[in-house]
Amino acid sequence: MKQQRALTITNAQLVTPGGVVDGSLRCADGALFAVGDVAAEGGDETVDARGGLVLPGLVDFGVFAIDKPAFHFGGITRAALMPDQSPPLDLPSRVSYIAKSGKPDLWVHPLAAATRALDGEQLAELGLMQAAGARGIATGRRWIADSGTMLRVLQYAAMLDLVVVAHAEDAALAGNAAATAGEMATRMGLPSAPPEAEALAVARDIALAEMAGARLHFRQVTTRAALDLVRTAKARGVAVTAGVTPAHFMLSDLETGGFRTFARLSPPLRSEADRQAVREAIADGTIDVISSGHDPRGVEDKRLPFADAEPGMAGAETLLALSLTLVRDAVIDHARLADLLCAAPARLLGINAGSLAPGTEADIALVDPDKPWIVSSARMQAAAGNTPFDGQPVQGRVTALWKGGVHVGG
Amino acid sequence: MTSAASSSGSAGGGAGGGGSRYPAGGHAFPHRDLTGIAQLERHEILYLLDEAEQWVELNRSANKRAEHLSGLTIINAFFENSTRTLLSFEIAGKRLGADVVNMHAATSSTKKGETLIDTAITLNAMRADAIVIRHGSSGAVDLIASKVDCPVLNAGDGSHEHPTQALLDALALRHALEERGEGAEDFTGLTVTICGDILHSRVARSNILCLQAMGATVRVCAPPALMPAAIERMGAEPFTDFDAALAGSDVVMMLRLQSERMSGQFIPSAREYHHLYGLTADRLDRAAPDALVMHPGPMNRGVEIDSDVADRLDRSIITRQVEMGVAIRMACLDILTRRSRGIEGWSGELGKGQWV
Repeated sequence: MKQQRALTITNAQLVTPGGVVDGSLRCADGALFAVGDVAAEGGDETVDARGGLVLPGLVDFGVFAIDKPAFHFGGITRAALMPDQSPPLDLPSRVSYIAKSGKPDLWVHPLAAATRALDGEQLAELGLMQAAGARGIATGRRWIADSGTMLRVLQYAAMLDLVVVAHAEDAALAGNAAATAGEMATRMGLPSAPPEAEALAVARDIALAEMAGARLHFRQVTTRAALDLVRTAKARGVAVTAGVTPAHFMLSDLETGGFRTFARLSPPLRSEADRQAVREAIADGTIDVISSGHDPRGVEDKRLPFADAEPGMAGAETLLALSLTLVRDAVIDHARLADLLCAAPARLLGINAGSLAPGTEADIALVDPDKPWIVSSARMQAAAGNTPFDGQPVQGRVTALWKGGVHVGG
Repeated sequence: MTSAASSSGSAGGGAGGGGSRYPAGGHAFPHRDLTGIAQLERHEILYLLDEAEQWVELNRSANKRAEHLSGLTIINAFFENSTRTLLSFEIAGKRLGADVVNMHAATSSTKKGETLIDTAITLNAMRADAIVIRHGSSGAVDLIASKVDCPVLNAGDGSHEHPTQALLDALALRHALEERGEGAEDFTGLTVTICGDILHSRVARSNILCLQAMGATVRVCAPPALMPAAIERMGAEPFTDFDAALAGSDVVMMLRLQSERMSGQFIPSAREYHHLYGLTADRLDRAAPDALVMHPGPMNRGVEIDSDVADRLDRSIITRQVEMGVAIRMACLDILTRRSRGIEGWSGELGKGQWV
């Protein structure tokens, strides 16, 4: 659906790249027309934000399911979809089909499977998938163990100028681990892997990306050692970026106590020291992207003994509210929040969105940053309620959402 | 300790007469299930041990039959192969007069999701009065316990806990010390070394918790690959050098290598393992004089323990451990079913006050 009438949002706190600006915002023909000191014109639809926060629509980088109600609840207007679908996104036809599946009110940007069937061995048809709409290449839920294969993926991606999204866990060290080695895993008798499995994977992939001259993005970096590697690589000028989900800056492995499978994630929850390291890395810019990792899982995947359950959490609805805690705790400011949630993922995908700047797509979220609500597994919009934040009171909620200037949900 | 056997024999429910040193009635053991030692207080462990004494006596008499659990149905649901634990639970139930049913679930077919929950619901619908569960995944017993209405006993879940094993080990050790005239109600001052596959061992975890609750100092000894991370955070002192661990140990508990839980190679060979960690007669001499030898079984003779050590009557209490297993399991089944049997003092709701 095309935007029929121009839209002006007045009396808003606009979160622009330069900082929060009081003012108005006008969009027409699906794009942002003017931001800041602008007045509504005759025939415009006007919305009074009443001092509310206006953010770009969230660009959720690396989700595992297209779950429109959850995305819209969370203010997400675009999602980069991981190739771990059934069947996997390793053919151009699947990519082009799924790229259109959310339109018009949710744009899905598929990430192409780096290897056929995500088995880490045979390169998939990356060029054809790019032509079919893939906006990046991903190794999937797993690391590519074969360094030769990974190098060829990165070289190919550099040629196509596509970002490679890597999962950072050394496969041999991680094995069938369901937890991070440490006191909790030891007490609970869970198969565990040392946190260094992440640093090893990050170190290798950075070295290969540097050789290939490719853009490399780690979807989740969750340990101090691995974050240090990313930090020094960035200082050297390597085109490497890092992401994280709220679980890893909100929770530590204490949360897995009582064998709570909703806290079974990949990578697993880490120690408190690593959680603090993630917060520091968000503050100092080592981490570029916060995403939901949205992965709704029903009871057949989750109501199991801990190690037998599938990893993942339904995170789309809580992404914004939990990220706002970083602003409240003065780890970051609003402008940086918008960069982490919107602009940085848009840059990785190479799309003209994710920022309140004239000329970009009019994807807009109106947010009441203080609105209190309680996360509830039973009452979530998502396809499944597997959240480790069940019962947690949070603040901040999207009150209205526009995709391409068109109001979402009527 | 010397009075334990006589003071605890209160017939029927041990409802706790005036002489008992434990909280009255159900307050002595305020748990519906026995899923792990981690959930138990020291006095609750002592209560279980004291209650087991009467069953030790019964098991040594000619007529080994009591009728406490007459009419009750106990289901042994074993999702993982077991001979001795299953047999021990079966004998325990039968000696108490219960109807005991064994369910051998092939691990492969029940590994899948809902099947485990469905199995639990099915067992529940058959109105079992207690369910004994062994499962290959840590936490599986807690999961099932949350889905059924009757008491659940953990007979071993993955690498997590095996509480009745730790309790029977404590009882066997207490008896052995008592026979030597070193009896005490707990193990204060005793140093126990647990050696073997600590990483995969639920017996080790339950024993670390149980022995420490009873005052013992616990050392664990294993090659680095079989030593879990941060084990010192559980209060156990880690060793890789078996001889160093043995020095001054009053009790040596040997564990077998759980090759069925190992993916990949953890040790080069059984021969080499024996060279470094096998309990030989020479090694045993490095421990405290008259140190006791324990093993939860099944033993791999010639690997972690030599036959001449395992069979030493004055030092090895391995067969006594098996004997105590039946008594401990009888005590657990008796205590956990008291609420459903309406024993006086045990009928109130868990955690609530009640008229005694």
